[in-house]
Amino acid sequence: MSGEPTARRTEEVLDLALPTTARGPSPGGPLLEVRDLRVRFTRGGRVVNAVNGLSYTLDAGEILAIIGESGSGKSVSTRSLMGLLPPSAQVSGSAKFEGTELIGMPEKEMRAWRGAKIAMVFQDPARSLNPTMRIGAQIVEAIRTHRKVSKKEAAERAVELLKLVRLPAAERRFYEYPHQLSGGMRQRVVIAIALASEPRLLIADEATTALDVTTQAQIMELLVELQQRLGTAIIMISHDLGLAASYAHKVVVMYAGRAVEYASAEKLFANVRMPYTRALLGAIPLLDRKTHELLPVIPGQPPDPAALPKGCAFRPRCDVATDKCLEAPPLKEHEPGHWWACWHPAGSEDTAAGGRAGGRADEVRVGSARQVEDGA
Amino acid sequence: MTMTMARERDAEKLLEVRDVVQEFAVRGPGGVKGAKVHAVSGVSFDMWRGETLGVVGETGSGKSTLARSIIQAPRPKSGVVRFLGTDLMKLGRRALTEARRQMQMVYQDPYGSLDPRWTVLELVEEPLLGYKVGTKAQRRERACELLDLVGMDPGVFGRRRPHELSGGQCQRVAIARAIALNPALIVCDEAVASLDVLIQAQVLNLFERLRTELGLSYLFISHDLALVKQVSDRVAVMHLGQLVEIGPSEELYRRPLHPYTSALLDSIPGLDPATGKVRRPTAPKGEPPSPINPPSGCRFRTRCPLAQERCAQEVPKLRELFPGHQVACHFPLATPDAAATDGAASASGNGAATAGDAART
Repeated sequence: MSGEPTARRTEEVLDLALPTTARGPSPGGPLLEVRDLRVRFTRGGRVVNAVNGLSYTLDAGEILAIIGESGSGKSVSTRSLMGLLPPSAQVSGSAKFEGTELIGMPEKEMRAWRGAKIAMVFQDPARSLNPTMRIGAQIVEAIRTHRKVSKKEAAERAVELLKLVRLPAAERRFYEYPHQLSGGMRQRVVIAIALASEPRLLIADEATTALDVTTQAQIMELLVELQQRLGTAIIMISHDLGLAASYAHKVVVMYAGRAVEYASAEKLFANVRMPYTRALLGAIPLLDRKTHELLPVIPGQPPDPAALPKGCAFRPRCDVATDKCLEAPPLKEHEPGHWWACWHPAGSEDTAAGGRAGGRADEVRVGSARQVEDGA
Repeated sequence: MTMTMARERDAEKLLEVRDVVQEFAVRGPGGVKGAKVHAVSGVSFDMWRGETLGVVGETGSGKSTLARSIIQAPRPKSGVVRFLGTDLMKLGRRALTEARRQMQMVYQDPYGSLDPRWTVLELVEEPLLGYKVGTKAQRRERACELLDLVGMDPGVFGRRRPHELSGGQCQRVAIARAIALNPALIVCDEAVASLDVLIQAQVLNLFERLRTELGLSYLFISHDLALVKQVSDRVAVMHLGQLVEIGPSEELYRRPLHPYTSALLDSIPGLDPATGKVRRPTAPKGEPPSPINPPSGCRFRTRCPLAQERCAQEVPKLRELFPGHQVACHFPLATPDAAATDGAASASGNGAATAGDAART
């Protein structure tokens, strides 16, 4: 990924002449393969199991969404890939990036990888930028960290990158400070810095959460455009199922450090199996719901990661739970391309007839029918 | 609901806001007064008792400043804020404190709005103590009652401090504090924005339950349009300090009149949970203009796909195009003439449905 050819590729991108879609399994296997990832923190004798056996694969140029509530381990799992966790974290399992094992990689080696092949964009653009440095200098710094180029070349490339992320008046913005930009523009700059080394994988950790809906749509459009033109794979971490459904190819739903459902976006949202995913989906306020209609909610709080319930972690809040759920259900491929970890998935024989889950699905269906009418 | 309210307007009027203007001076180096931020520029609307008015808009559109202008913290620069018949702008400090008994706020950050060193019971008792309600024992009793009302067991949570609570529980305590004095109006400023979707749904349902049980009115501020629709009878859309559209929520979402409202609606990801069908959002072009130097005429014209020369010269006035549905735009997306041919039947049908819904609740 070094030197000339990559630079030329970006120039072509700037011409917008080559709308290529580099998606799909690369010849050498998947881009990223995570197997049984576990992260444990020990604090004052308390053991916190933040991630408990997470597995997924990501092909080049693919967008994967990791969905879950706060504390479900979605951020911790991706940070462990980049070696960004504090020393108190015990990470086990395997994460192979282009065949190279990331877990347990020595810090020195990791430094060459971090930012160069895997880059990360965080939630708060104001805090990821240095307030005392002009944005141009910050991008130049990022470029020169990874590649031996002159300051002048780096500056030219920085302006190119600012244009690539569609920052208006890039030449002028180059000399401005972060406080002179709006939140959306700052996030564009952060993305430009992340792209400085042409990473193969971009991790967007709640990258649009702090932004307005209008800016969020702009930034997501930008990320999708970059994914299509540069073939950058993206892991988007979010709590917003609607956002994931709109942009991701694959979705992992996490609960208490485990993946509970994993499928392509079309498959998952057409046929939600895990009661937790169903509850998440039901709790989103939707435009086609009537005013003052109560939302279907599930009681309780997410479990304390230091004291996870026995068996399925969702059991105490689940309305279809039985004694069988005291045994942890494995994440299995029950249907081709659709994994879930549940003994009583929605839509199967034993739950479809009764229970609140069935009724909830019907309510939702009524709502969608209304939307169709309104649209017509 | 809005129809019945329109009939009993004057008797039921809770809040009347007229031409409220709020500006802040930006200070340059050395504290020199520089430019002016036009945070709220001439906003007028009415609210009736028992009604929930949603306020939506982007960051910097003046939603929060408007709310703070209404509760007079700080006082707006000019305009009229009439609350339950009294003009708050003319009240002295003491009278204003008394008037504020009837209006309470719930803020976004549940941890930031509670003193970390106080217990939950003390926190809920504080408004009662501030207004010298009852004896100590009566206050304690009322606090327990309030905690029950927001779904928290006083025996379990009463002695805890905010750091021992989750975000959703803190927000419940903040709500208990807000309803302690039986207010007529609760201003919710992004009250559920920081909560996870499942907890958010629980708190939203709590708001709904309290509304029906206590007859509360909410001024519900949020940047999440779907969420606002869920709770509001009417919705006001703000853009750069101005009210660009206000109307019954079902109608406003079904048939937005202002191009800005339409752009906001297009930018939210749509998901049909039944079929898994997805509508990918379309982003509006450009950045919102600066409130320090807003564009002439219509402030949305720089980003508006329909903008013409007239929009730069003439400020569009808020005018009523459909019953109860006002818009400030020279070229609204629908007009009564056009709607009469194709939309009249469906509009009246939907109006009836809305009224029916209100009656049911």
